[in-house]
Amino acid sequence: MITLPIIILYLLFFISLYFEVFLLITYFENSQNLKNEEENWQPSFYPSVSILVPCFNEETTLARTIESLLSLEYPKDKFKIIIINDGSTDNTQNVAMTFASHPQIEVYEKENGGKYTALNYGLTKTTSDLIGCLDADSFVNKNALKKIAKYFEDKETMAVIPSIKVHNPKNILQHMQHVEYSWGIFLKKMLSYLQALYVTPGPFSIIRREVYDTIGNYRHAHNTEDLEIALRMQSKGYKIVTAHQAYVYTVTPPTIKKLYKQRLRWTYGFIKNTIDYRFLLLKRKYGNLSILILPLGIFSIFSVLYFTTVVVWNVIEKIIEKYIEISTIGFHINWSNLKPDLFYLNTETIAIVGATLFCLSITLVLMGRKMADGQMKPLSLDLFYFLAFYAFIAPVWIAKAVYNVVFSKKTSWR
Amino acid sequence: MKKTDLKKYLFAFIITAAIFLTATLLSGYFNSKKIDELRSIEDTISLDILSTETQFQLLEEASCEDISNSFLSQELGTLGERLSHTEDRRGSDKEITDLKRYYSLLLIKDYLLMKQVSEKCDFDPVFILYFYSNEGDCPDCIREGHVLTRLREEYPQLRIYAFDYNLDLSALRTLISIRAVENNLPALVIDDTVYYGFQGIRDIETIIPDLVDLREEGSATSTDPLPESSAE
Repeated sequence: MITLPIIILYLLFFISLYFEVFLLITYFENSQNLKNEEENWQPSFYPSVSILVPCFNEETTLARTIESLLSLEYPKDKFKIIIINDGSTDNTQNVAMTFASHPQIEVYEKENGGKYTALNYGLTKTTSDLIGCLDADSFVNKNALKKIAKYFEDKETMAVIPSIKVHNPKNILQHMQHVEYSWGIFLKKMLSYLQALYVTPGPFSIIRREVYDTIGNYRHAHNTEDLEIALRMQSKGYKIVTAHQAYVYTVTPPTIKKLYKQRLRWTYGFIKNTIDYRFLLLKRKYGNLSILILPLGIFSIFSVLYFTTVVVWNVIEKIIEKYIEISTIGFHINWSNLKPDLFYLNTETIAIVGATLFCLSITLVLMGRKMADGQMKPLSLDLFYFLAFYAFIAPVWIAKAVYNVVFSKKTSWR
Repeated sequence: MKKTDLKKYLFAFIITAAIFLTATLLSGYFNSKKIDELRSIEDTISLDILSTETQFQLLEEASCEDISNSFLSQELGTLGERLSHTEDRRGSDKEITDLKRYYSLLLIKDYLLMKQVSEKCDFDPVFILYFYSNEGDCPDCIREGHVLTRLREEYPQLRIYAFDYNLDLSALRTLISIRAVENNLPALVIDDTVYYGFQGIRDIETIIPDLVDLREEGSATSTDPLPESSAE
């Protein structure tokens, strides 16, 4: 039966499918480029680089972060680490000071003002060609910086972002995020080819110094300064690319509460920054970001909410039906009804399209895993966790982010 | 100015549209297969009933034992459930309504035949005619459907025939008229008496005290489906 909710569902499925097809075309279109990048990654020259490490109460992870930076394969005279203690109240300053005597490291302390203030403070302390940032809960692969530097051989490239992986996933939630991050690696590489990256993530994104000189420093940007600066760069037509083989490992939230807070901040930041940069929407001069990616980002938020509402509504209806049945005849299972019968297989168009969409989504996730881990591992447990739980918890922070935007409630870092 | 490859946008659109078109064609194919399957079951039942009628006409020359115990088509129940499911999914389009009318006709024929056979052969089944509506005007029909389904499982010899009160079928209108069933649903006809409104399991057991004996006899015979879902 064709009803309005079904028509809306068809529309959502069509647009989602369109996006996945678009990504696949982009992948096949660039498969040779991908191969070339993977084979030819040694840079021909080494620009000077400073890595800013803003930290607030990171006493447990800071030392490992700095050690991973020190183990980077990069000429020592071209590489500097700037630690900015953003008014930590724990032992972070003492941990930072243990590195103060290192010739490549500078340590600064300032009053707490938020991450973007720490980054801007760090910017005043360096004159390097390239400036990056590494959150103090992230660790870099030894050759990550070299692989990133290679992309700066193209003079038009203004920023390079790495591939972010989950550091040592332990519980179900982190395994689930491991799959999500793998998919993110694939997505960001495709967005890179489309010149439509809308974020330069905190962990180890590297930006040319002249970008800050031209468009200014970091802004508060609803606690998502990495998203705002990317949009600002896109609005000026700057090229941002992904070094998909430059791996950075980040410690992901181990609890639902922490994950919820992080994702709420990200989603809220995306919506608010998109509103701030709404002039980027649907204008050909801003490219694929404007025509496809940002509109689809907004679309995905509302489609998740709509789809969740439909599912929740159906579940409630089923519960009511079951309640009526039990209150009428008591609890009873008719085992003969449980026998599988192909006749009852849903063969409506929406079901077939839904199944296609699901299969294509899994394919893209597996392609992401191949890109991130070198193999697809289709039968791994973390993929099961991702499929079983992610769709149920993501709508919660998305709904809350939309609520916060509508009712002007701000999100916090922690 | 940044590049937007319009050809790629168009190409992606064509592929997506092609996937949708393929899904629509596949869905049409599978659904027509299902309808064919329903028709085939109806034809089988029709043949079964015709065969039973013929056997019945031969009764003058044969004993009741010669009449196959399977004359009560085993497939009526399956057909009813599948019809009800298909109606839920697709709604009452012409194709479904036609199938449902044919199915109701088969139910009536089965009911009449059963009555005749039971009189001749000293066989004493209990009949319940159940009239429901699935036009949203009968909230208790859902509960009544649950009750009758449960009773059918518990008393296999109980013969329950469920009819959509609003179905446009002259034979059904005649049955409704003969039994004087008013549009006050759900309605049950048991032993020529019409009971209106919801009747629970205990109510029906009180109306039919012989049910307990039937449980003990227990031989399985087919009955019609109870469209609790189609009563929604």
